[in-house]
Amino acid sequence: MKVLVAVKRVIDFNVKPRVKMDGSGVDLMNVKMSMNPFDEIAVEEAIRLKEKGVATEIVAVSIGPAKAQETLRTSLAMGADRAILVQTDEEVEPLAVAKILAKIAEEEQPQMIILGKQAIDDDNNATGQMLAALLGWPQGTFASKVEVAGDSTDVTREVDGGLETVKLQLPAVVTTDLRLNEPRYASLPNIMKAKSKPLATKSPGDYGVDVARRLETLKVSEPAKRQAGIKVGSVDELVDRLKGLGIAK
Amino acid sequence: MSVLVLVEHDGGSIKDATLATVTAAAKLGDVNALVVGNNVDAVAQAASKIAGVSKVYAASAPALEHQLAEAVAPVAATLMDSHDAFLAPATTTGKNIAPRVAALLDVMQISDILSVEGPDTFTRPIYAGNAIATVKSKDAKKVITVRTTAFEKAAPEGGSASVEPVEGGAGDGKSRFLSAETSKSERPELTSAKVIVSGGRAFGSSEQFHALLDPLADKLGAAVGASRAAVDAGYAPNDYQVGQTGKIVAPEVYVAIGISGAIQHLAGMKDSKTIIAINKDEEAPIFQVADIGLVGDLFKIVPELTDKL
Repeated sequence: MKVLVAVKRVIDFNVKPRVKMDGSGVDLMNVKMSMNPFDEIAVEEAIRLKEKGVATEIVAVSIGPAKAQETLRTSLAMGADRAILVQTDEEVEPLAVAKILAKIAEEEQPQMIILGKQAIDDDNNATGQMLAALLGWPQGTFASKVEVAGDSTDVTREVDGGLETVKLQLPAVVTTDLRLNEPRYASLPNIMKAKSKPLATKSPGDYGVDVARRLETLKVSEPAKRQAGIKVGSVDELVDRLKGLGIAK
Repeated sequence: MSVLVLVEHDGGSIKDATLATVTAAAKLGDVNALVVGNNVDAVAQAASKIAGVSKVYAASAPALEHQLAEAVAPVAATLMDSHDAFLAPATTTGKNIAPRVAALLDVMQISDILSVEGPDTFTRPIYAGNAIATVKSKDAKKVITVRTTAFEKAAPEGGSASVEPVEGGAGDGKSRFLSAETSKSERPELTSAKVIVSGGRAFGSSEQFHALLDPLADKLGAAVGASRAAVDAGYAPNDYQVGQTGKIVAPEVYVAIGISGAIQHLAGMKDSKTIIAINKDEEAPIFQVADIGLVGDLFKIVPELTDKL
C-alpha cells in the first residue's frame, strides 16, 4: 500500500523562540529550522511499515516556502521514495493544509496518511483530524502503536486516562505521539542518494485551494514571566514552607 | 450568541474540564451542552445542573458508546445549524473531536484558548507557550478548544436546564473501539489535583520512581506526574506526562523532583500557583521558575521529606 506523510518545516525544538519587539510574531530570522519532531516520527513510522513489507511506497508532502525542500530532502534521506512540495510563502492554516492534503490524497490514493499530531510552532493539533473529516476517513490520533493487518489498522492512542486502542478501516489517517518510535538519523550515503529522488513542486492553486487565513493574528506577546523565588537550605525548612502553604500539617 | 459545549464524561460522571469550558463559553453567550454516549441519561441530568447551562442535548446511541470522533463530530456539526460557536475542552477527547467538527463546518479551529477578548477574539499559546497570540476569527461560526486551567470551573450544581434528546446516528462503521488500558489510582486526577509531585529521569528506574514518589504523594494527598524523559524511559505511564504535549496542569502546589525544566515541561506546569523544585544541579532551569528550591540529592531528600511530613 501507498503511505503519504506530511512534514512541516518549523523552528528547531532546541531553540528558544523570541517574540519580535513589534509584536507581529516570533523572530525566525537566522534561526535554526528543522522538521517538526512529530513529523519525523510520522516519516519513521512509514519507513518501518515499508520495512515490514506493509507499505510499498512513501510519498512525503510539505506545504511551505521553497526552503521546505530541505525538510522534504530529509524525509527522502530517511527513506521516503518521493516528495511533493506545495510551495507558498503564506502561513497556511491547518484547515487549508488539510484541504490541500485531501486533494493530493484523491490523486495519490494512499491507504494511510501519517502526520505529526501537532506542529511545535502554532501548536494547533488539528490538521490530521480535519483531513480525516474532509476525506470521510477514520482517524487514529496521538498514536503510540500502529499495526496494519489486511484492510484495517489497529491504532493505540495516548489519551488522558491511559491508552485506547481502535480498529480503523483503511484508508485511514494516523497522527503520531512521542512514543510511537524513535526516528532514525539519515546516513551520509542516504543523504547523497536523496538528492536524486524525485521532488515535484506545486502551488496551492494547482489544487484549487484558497489559503487565505481565517484567523487574523492581531498581536503576539511574551507570556507573563515567573520570578525565581528563594532557595531553602534543608528539608526542615522545606517542611516549614509546605506547612505555610497549608499542604502539610 | 448561542454556544454549544461538548460535555466530557466517562459514562458516569462529568469531567471537571467541562466546567471550565462552560465558563469560557458563558463569556461568549448563551450556553447549551451536548452529551454524547450510550445511555447518557444520568450524565445529561448531571449536565443540566451545571450553573449557566440553558439546555442539554442528549445524543444516545450504541455507536456513540466510546465517543469516537467519527461518530460524535456529525452529531455536533448538525447541532451547529442552530449555534454560533462550538467549545470543547483541550483534553485528548476534545482535541480528537473538535477539529473534525471544524472541518465539517469549513471553519478554522481556534485551539487551546487562554482568554476570550471579544465575540471573535481570543488569546492562545504558541511555540510551547513561549509566545501568546491574540487572534481574531473571520469565520461566521467558531470552533474552539479551551485550555481548562485558564478558566475557573463553573459550579456543578445550581442550574436547571431542560434535557432534549437528539439523534445519535449509527456511525459510519469505519472505526471501532477495541480496548482501553486506564491507569487505576486512588490518588486525585492529575488535571484536577490541588497538589502534584512530579518526577524526572533522575530517579533512575521505575522502581525508584514509585518507591520514592508514591509515599510522598500519599502524605500530601497529591497526584503523581512525570517529565517526558521519565515517561520515555519507562518509569511512568504516558498519562503521567506533564508538558507541552502531555497534560497541562495548574495546581496550587507543584513539586518538581529531579526534573531539570526543559521548555516543553515548563509549558505544562508554569501556571501552577506555587512551584517547588528539588534538584541536585543548582543551575537547572527549573529553579528559574520555582518559588521554593532545594538543591540536593533526591534519594536523600525525598525519603527525609516524606518522613517529616
